[in-house]
Amino acid sequence: MSIADLFNYFSYVSGLFLSLTIIVLLLVWLERKVLARIQMRMGPMRVGFHGALQPIADAIKLISKEDILPAWADKLVYWFAPIVVFVPAFLLWVTIPFGKNMVIRSLDLGLFFIVAISVLSVLGLIMAGWGSANKYAVLGGLRAAGQLMSYEIPLIMAILTIAILSQSLNLVEIVDKQSQIPNIFIQPLGLVLFFIAGLAELGRTPFDIHHAESEVVGGPFVEYSGAHWSVFFLAEYINTFTISILTVLLFLGGWHWPNIPFSGNLQTILSVFVVLIKTILVVSVIFWIRATYPRLRIDQLMSFGWKMLIPMAFINVTITACIIYYDELPLWILPILSVILLILSAVIIQRKFSKNIINTVQVISAKSLLKEKSEVDIN
Amino acid sequence: MEINKTINSDNVDLMINMGPQHPSTHGVFRLLLNIDGERIIDVKPHIGYLHRGSEKLCENERYAQVVTLFDRLDYVANLNMELGFCLAVESLMELDIPDRASYIRVILCELNRIASHLLFYGTYGLDVGAMTPVLYAFREREKIQGFFESITGARMMHNYFRIGGIKEELPDDFNNRLSLLLDEVSQGIEECDMLLSKNEMFLARTKNVGIISASDAVDFGVSGPNLRASGIARDIRVSKPYSIYDRFDYGIPVASSGDCWDRYYVRLEEIRQSIKIIKQAMSQMEDGPILAKVRRIARPPKGEIYFRTESPRGDFGVYLVSDGSDKPYRVKVRAPSFANLQSLQYLLKGAYIADAVTILGSIDIIMGEVDR
Repeated sequence: MSIADLFNYFSYVSGLFLSLTIIVLLLVWLERKVLARIQMRMGPMRVGFHGALQPIADAIKLISKEDILPAWADKLVYWFAPIVVFVPAFLLWVTIPFGKNMVIRSLDLGLFFIVAISVLSVLGLIMAGWGSANKYAVLGGLRAAGQLMSYEIPLIMAILTIAILSQSLNLVEIVDKQSQIPNIFIQPLGLVLFFIAGLAELGRTPFDIHHAESEVVGGPFVEYSGAHWSVFFLAEYINTFTISILTVLLFLGGWHWPNIPFSGNLQTILSVFVVLIKTILVVSVIFWIRATYPRLRIDQLMSFGWKMLIPMAFINVTITACIIYYDELPLWILPILSVILLILSAVIIQRKFSKNIINTVQVISAKSLLKEKSEVDIN
Repeated sequence: MEINKTINSDNVDLMINMGPQHPSTHGVFRLLLNIDGERIIDVKPHIGYLHRGSEKLCENERYAQVVTLFDRLDYVANLNMELGFCLAVESLMELDIPDRASYIRVILCELNRIASHLLFYGTYGLDVGAMTPVLYAFREREKIQGFFESITGARMMHNYFRIGGIKEELPDDFNNRLSLLLDEVSQGIEECDMLLSKNEMFLARTKNVGIISASDAVDFGVSGPNLRASGIARDIRVSKPYSIYDRFDYGIPVASSGDCWDRYYVRLEEIRQSIKIIKQAMSQMEDGPILAKVRRIARPPKGEIYFRTESPRGDFGVYLVSDGSDKPYRVKVRAPSFANLQSLQYLLKGAYIADAVTILGSIDIIMGEVDR
């Protein structure tokens, strides 16, 4: 390995780190603004134009804060946990393309790599929970592990359908296969499964069970402060961005846009913007869901995962595989079947919940109660 | 109904200490939870972190000054607390309150009931993990608080009711502003209702969770919206009418199953009924004096009285003993939150940890009133 190679690696890593940090700062600002608009507030307004520099101010505050180590903490595990969470989140980006030709290493087993690495970060959460010697943190860490068990499977299944469909595990090839029709029109069920399982994987509302503020008070992060907490925070937002960009690359056609003009370098730059815009739309949906929905309970999340998502994902994989294997079957059967399955699962969920939507409250007129009272004194 | 009061330390898997510094224990309430995985095996509630000795303090203050102490009992429904005390003293003195004063009292108390239930709505949203409801609710509550400020001079600790009437006349544009406020609030309530009540996840979290049957609720001394959610139509405003509540036509929301959703929705429905009462009171109100003819320093005759009113949290009773001097001999408060809180241990057994928060939120306690 020559010095030039080393320099190359270093520039890749630092460039990636810098761009991811900027994206995280952007996402933090965007989240606060989107939430604020939904809740009829202004959001951050003081630092910079419409609070654009607020995330930077926050970052400076976090870094200059004192790092507190609880007295009973398992020191090594405690300090190591943020790194274990952060490194896999960062490592994923080796093979995720930002745009056309904008990828560090276009691995042939790219999707496999992503699935394998993304599981690792839950280890960090359990470590954080255990290391901080706090019962709430332990509960949060265990919840995170349980959540991962039930949501990794449908997530992988949804990815698998796309891999079968595109006959490849390479993300660049998968995107190129979608130059005519994005996968969303072939696999709408796959998109829904991937997105829901992705939300659970991220631990975002309605699945933010492992760091539920009102129950386990922040879960594994409850004892962390300052720079170490900000590393968790960074990893969480990078993961949010990763799931969103994977949604874009796998289902929404990546950098393909009807009739991108220009060619060469200009096209590459434009493709980055196309991916970014699509990703930010997906991220906004995640924020929108956060502002609207309450949180599910852990047992409800489990039963939803095992009884709903996993069977649907299995059926989806089987159907896709069959249709791809038997060449004589036309491909347009797939979207139809997918939509039918989607409607079916919606109906099942609707029927499960519809028995709940009964208004049990009735209003009794006070006058009639008064009359009753004059007959029999109810007190 | 069985309550195991001791925690058996032999088979404790994990004991977690929820509160007094926990975001969703609604003040300084402390719960010792024995959990097995996510299930709660045993609960031991601790109260007393906000004990200020209000009842004892009352014995050293003149009657007019005691009103300020009552403000601080249920600190989100201050005027209802003031009303309870003033009515107790007045009925001991056998005073006739001018009609206008009574109407103003009812209007303000019902507004305060709305504000209190809005606070419940918002915090309940937070308890189940939704962050937007609290902002919707506080937007409406803020308008009511601002309205109070323009009338009483304070947003929360009003000290507006006097023995025999109220402190001062209303501002000139009261009627216009009140009807504007009511329009805005009733619109806001519908928005709040749409946002949370029929949300599938909210229903999944609250339906059939924390069920208490009517007979158990009565046994625990549960009152107010919590009791009505269990199916018993008991409201002091109706069953033992005080002030001028028998002059209005309104509804008492009653549910049947006694779960968290019912307790939630009964309160939301009560807001609509309160708006109805205020509208009727507005149209019936006439000009007149606002203070009965009383001496500056009230000296109730020797005797005792127990007076019940319906505060937003339930049956609020004031027991007053007078020895004929200008200070009460003894004041005892029957706080509805305190009695409602007793059912918690029963409700939490076998529930999930997440449900502990939901159930505690649905009981809607105010620690200022529980600890006194």
